[in-house]
Amino acid sequence: MFKKDVTPGAKTKVKSSAQRGIRAKVTETYPLLEPYIDDILPKKEQLDLVKLPDRVSLYALGTTPLFFQHMDDALLPHLALVHKYPACFARVRIDRGAIRFVLSGAALMAPGLTSAGGRLPDPSVADEDEYAYGKEDLPAGAVVVVEAEGKENACMVGVLKMGTKDIKEKKKGAALEAGHYLGDGLWRLSLD
Amino acid sequence: MAEAESASRPSGSFPKQVLYCGVCSLPSEYCEFGGTTKKCEEWLLQADPELHGRLYSQDAIEANMAALSVDAQKRAEKDAQKKAAKAEAAAAREQEKKATSKVVIKRVERNKRKFVTEVTGLEAHGLDLKKVAKDFGKKFATGSSVTKMPGGGEAITVQGDVSDDIYDYLVEIYPGIPEDNVECVEDKKKKGG
Repeated sequence: MFKKDVTPGAKTKVKSSAQRGIRAKVTETYPLLEPYIDDILPKKEQLDLVKLPDRVSLYALGTTPLFFQHMDDALLPHLALVHKYPACFARVRIDRGAIRFVLSGAALMAPGLTSAGGRLPDPSVADEDEYAYGKEDLPAGAVVVVEAEGKENACMVGVLKMGTKDIKEKKKGAALEAGHYLGDGLWRLSLD
Repeated sequence: MAEAESASRPSGSFPKQVLYCGVCSLPSEYCEFGGTTKKCEEWLLQADPELHGRLYSQDAIEANMAALSVDAQKRAEKDAQKKAAKAEAAAAREQEKKATSKVVIKRVERNKRKFVTEVTGLEAHGLDLKKVAKDFGKKFATGSSVTKMPGGGEAITVQGDVSDDIYDYLVEIYPGIPEDNVECVEDKKKKGG
């Protein structure tokens, strides 16, 4: 989505009613974030809306970007936020070979997730296992954070194009498209 | 109050602090994919020697290599080289552009004894014209704005004759601009216009 450098457009203040709406939506889509919601979106702080090209809007608190949204799609967390609260999102993991493709902006393909280094939610794996990436299969359209083999921090955020079950069965095709990855235009965007 | 609250929270680990590379802005563990790995490594050695030891030790590199097949390794290697070359070329070009591009401070006669000062060429040094214009306005207590030039491009127009002051200010505040590249010129309106 942000392969090219993005130039921020007008910065406007979000109405407090709209701000409440965003808060509600965030807690709804990411229930695990709820304990920290007051840190992320303090009730009294003024949220800013920054318009980006291609009808993407970015919500930011001061100079820290928080969430972005394409038209009225799901609110996606900015990677800086993901790095702060890594365990609060649905996660998958890719193998090492796929990292360089992801970081240069390619669509994430299924084999990167299904190979030995990749992880997908799997009902058959025990909770304590280090391979645990959740038990529930995620449907297509779910927001996932993509982590990488051997790395602590996430490298991509996006919307699943295929359900994780399909990915495991087919092992082919694009699993995630047009996400926000490390080093893309949105990542390099500075708000000040 | 909010601060006290977050400090007393027991869970401790959140929000997690991540160190971002000062060179390529990625989290340090991803520097190896950025193309400026060498510089990133040097930077990290300064910023966080402990993490540097963990990421760039021989063991870590070998472990990374082992995870890939030989074929994939070769391809990754080639790709990385290409990327590094590209990044280097871009950096060199940037440097060159910076070295050659001039900042021109021009005094333009507006009305016999009245002048405006036009500053051009700042954008080549990576400055945001809008912000610099605001700074000029604040510093010299005059109107200052970004205007479009007839020949294309943009200039900062400051009201009043402040060309010498701007010269000093620029040299002092922005060390990225070599002093030799800043030039003051005077532009008189032709008579009988």
